[in-house]
This record gives sequence, C-alpha cells and structure tokens, in this order.
Amino acid sequence: MQQETKRGLGLIAPPFFYAVLLMAGPLLAIVVFSFWTQDYLTVDRTPTIANYVEAFGDPIYRAIMGRTLWISGLVTLITVLLAFPVAYFVSFHVDPSRKSLWLFLITIPFWTSYLLRIFLWKVILGYNGVLNSILSYINVPLEAVGNATGILWMQEGLSAPLYSASAVVLTLSHAFAPFAILPIFVALEKIDRSLLEAARDLGETAVTAFIRVTLPLAAPGIVAALLIVFIPTVGDYVTPAQVGGPGGLMIANMIQTQFLGLNNAPMGATLAVIAMLIVTVIALATVWLARRLSGVR
Amino acid sequence: MLRAYVVAFLIFLYAPIALLPVFAFNSGTVIAFPLDGFTLDWFAALRTNSELHSALLNSLTVAGTTSVLSVLLGLMAARANIRYTFPGKAAAMGLVMIPLVLPEIIVATSLLVVVVQFFGWSLSLVTVVAAHVLICTPFAIAILNASFQSLDPALEEAAIDLGETRSSTFRLVTLPLIMPGIIAALLICFTISLDEFIIAFFLTGSDTTLPVYIWSLLRFPNQLPVIMALGTILVIVSILILTLAEWNRRRGIARMGGKDSGGFL
Repeated sequence: MQQETKRGLGLIAPPFFYAVLLMAGPLLAIVVFSFWTQDYLTVDRTPTIANYVEAFGDPIYRAIMGRTLWISGLVTLITVLLAFPVAYFVSFHVDPSRKSLWLFLITIPFWTSYLLRIFLWKVILGYNGVLNSILSYINVPLEAVGNATGILWMQEGLSAPLYSASAVVLTLSHAFAPFAILPIFVALEKIDRSLLEAARDLGETAVTAFIRVTLPLAAPGIVAALLIVFIPTVGDYVTPAQVGGPGGLMIANMIQTQFLGLNNAPMGATLAVIAMLIVTVIALATVWLARRLSGVR
Repeated sequence: MLRAYVVAFLIFLYAPIALLPVFAFNSGTVIAFPLDGFTLDWFAALRTNSELHSALLNSLTVAGTTSVLSVLLGLMAARANIRYTFPGKAAAMGLVMIPLVLPEIIVATSLLVVVVQFFGWSLSLVTVVAAHVLICTPFAIAILNASFQSLDPALEEAAIDLGETRSSTFRLVTLPLIMPGIIAALLICFTISLDEFIIAFFLTGSDTTLPVYIWSLLRFPNQLPVIMALGTILVIVSILILTLAEWNRRRGIARMGGKDSGGFL
C-alpha cells in the first residue's frame, strides 16, 4: 500500500512540478511584476500600486475592460444558445454508431488554421466581401439589412462595414462554437432516457418534459460551456486585432501593446492580472449561482 | 426543423474554411468577389519562398518536440490519476489541468515576464516549446485518461503473476494496449502546437514559427493569395492528421472492447 502511494507520487511529480515551474511560478512573477514600474527601458523594482491606480482610473483602460467583458459575455450567450440545439440533435436524434462521426465533423474546423479562419471572416464581412456580393446580387443594400436588424456595422454602410465590436462578436462566436457543443453534448448523453419516458407517462408534454427534465439535467453541461467559452474569449487577441478595428479592441490587444509596443511591460502585467482576477471572480460566481439555482429546485 | 438548423450551423461552421481553396486557385490578386480565373501560381510561389520554408521547419521542430514531451508528461499524469491513489491527488491533477482554461495571453505574458525580466534570458524556440508543452499536456492527459480507464487492470496483474517484471509488463502489455491513445495524443498535441499563434508571437525570438510568419504576411495585401494557397495545404494536412488521430482513438477503444463515448475531449 505504502509502495503504491510512492509510485503514484513519483508519477505525478514530473507533470506537477512542470506546471508549478511554468505556470504557478510565472503567474506569481507576473503579480509581483505588476507592482513595478518601467521608464522607457529601465525597470524600477520599488513596489508601488501606481499601475493599478492608473488601470482603474484611466477611462481608456476602463472602457477597454468594459468592452472586453461586454463582448465576451455576448459571445458566450450567443455561442451557447446556438450550440445547444446542435448538441441536443447529436445526442437525441443521431444514431449512436454515428455520434462520434458527427462530433468529429463539428470539431474539425476548430483544430484548423485559427489565424486564417479569423482572416477569412474579414473576407466574408468586408467590402467586396462574400456577404456584400450576395446582397448586391439580390439588390439588397447592406445598410437596409443593418437598419432592419439593428446591427451597427451594417448600418454604418459599406465604407466601413467590418471594423466594429459586432464583427468581433460574430467571429468569436464562430471560433468557439465547438467548445460550447462538447460539454453540453456530454451532459445530455448522461441523461437517463427512461426519465423522459416517465415524465411523458406522468402527463408532461414533450415541451414541458424538456423544460422540467432535460434542461435541468443538462445544466452542468451548460455551465461548463458558458465558462469554457467565456474564459478564453476574454483573452483573445487575434480576432479583435483582425476584425475589430479601433472600436472593437479588447484587453489582450492592450496587454500586447503595453508589452511589445509601448515598452511598458509592468502596465501590461497589471492589465493581465486584473483580467485574470475578473475572469476568476465571474467564473466562481457563475458556478456558485448554478449551484444555488440547482439547490433551490 | 432541428435537422435543418444543424445543417445550417455546419455550413456556418465550415464557411470560412470552404473559402480558402476558392481564393487559392483564383488568379486575381485581390481577395474579393467576383473571381477572376483559375491559376496554380500561388502554389508555385510557395515552393520558392525561403522565409516560409524556415518558418515551416521551425514549426515542425517545435510541434514535434512539444508533442513528444507533452505525451510523456501526460502518460505519467494519466497513469497516476487512473491507477494510483495518493494524498493531494485531486489538487495535483487540478493544477496540471489548469492551462486548459487559462487564457493563452496570460500564459504568454507571464512566461515572457519570467524569462525576460526575472532571468534576462533570450527568447528562442525553446521558450515556445516550454510554453506549448504546458498547454498541450492537459489535452494529452484527457485522451490518455480514457485509454488507461478502459485498460483492464487484470491484464497487468496476470502478466506479473506469470513472471514479468513491472517494467516488462508495462512494455509488453500496457504500452501496446494504450498505443492508439498515445498516437492520438501525439497527433492532437502536434496539431495544437503547429496552429498556436499568440504564445509563439510573444515568446519566439528571431526564429519565427509558421503562424507568426502568416501573421506578418496578413498585413501585406499582395501576399494574401499566397497565404490562401498555404492555408489550403495546411487545412488539408490538419484534417488528415485529425482523421488519423480519430481513427487511432477508435481503434484503441475497439481493441479493448470499450464503448465509444465520442469526441476527443
């Protein structure tokens, strides 16, 4: 028994210490670093909260942080809403022998050429883009669609159709779709189908059985999907940089500018720490809220 | 109606990728409609671009090293997780899996701070590999967990009862049975590393990886058709690798008589 414990510890040690050295250590370092300051190329190691005061005080940082959370939140909701029916279809309506083929089809785009996928949205949404070509072919100006749907970048007309927050939302929702489908699918797969039959036998309609049985049982998967989409979107750099324009930049772009552009690495570190804290708080709050809601029932 | 929605969703999912070959074979230099004519020039241009070749070589080296190291770490963690009980197991496994939910920009900046500001080391492909191993290991663990889980412990016990040592049992019994999982994990880690941009962007020195090189090209409109040709090849290669990984994963599950629970994750 003692021997077994030793073997287990011996096996977990290398991956554990790798994660400590390359993740926990650096995370601690970036927190320490965020309390330093930098003047051009010299780093002053005197601890100060000046960066945090500036990060929370400066309206530019506040605006970018607010926009980041707004965009990520919207992306998360849209992605999970769009993903649920797909996960439901694969779990409930696809023959079991073909389920993994479907999941494979859904995940392939996620694994291929992230940069180019984002870039191609620029091609689809941009001036002379696919969308515009189709709309002009059927004689519908993009502005009309924009006014009808309330989508801002469409209303602004063809001169600057692409660069805005809504283009970022659309592109990110596309990029993270498989992330949302998989956890919901796993939760739906675990549902005992006889529970649904029982609900129907006891007089529920298909709709009420879905709302009162399927949905609550799928909740853990939905919460996991919300988190697994929200967390990486907050830190996404490529999409806002490609399709965001000045009105769609997010916190990761600001962090990158501080590190590699403005030579103010401590400020970049401060923004990274703040982003990390906000994400952690929101993630924990979501989990807590989900537990509360399922506890009440 | 649900089926129609799902089909529409798949079209939405594949729309950007489907456009790659359209523009890769289009003779016009502007990435826009209407299309001009058919050409193979952009693919020909790939053959003579030496910057591209060195970036590709760098990426293959990084992805190859990353996948081997990640799978080694993943094997240890998954084996410890499924086979043994020890104090602090849940916490240790949790820590090792965190990179899966850590935004990549955080991984990139925190390592940049340590390497450049605290140690004053120079950035190179080694720093990229170190970070890629960190983010790929959880994926390897997820795949290998499933492999070890469907491994019947009685087989190993039988081998030991029949006189094999622990190491020869691992080599002769365990390894062949989980080999499909190992190959699937290697291929997935290779694909992730090959495609990863933001960490490489921050941590690479003078040697660029392929995504970093592609990023630098995206600013030059006259280079775009060549990127489309490159992207077409990359997508085809990725799909081949992933199909191979999926085929291996299923073969492994079938070999051990397990039930296919679907996808990689």
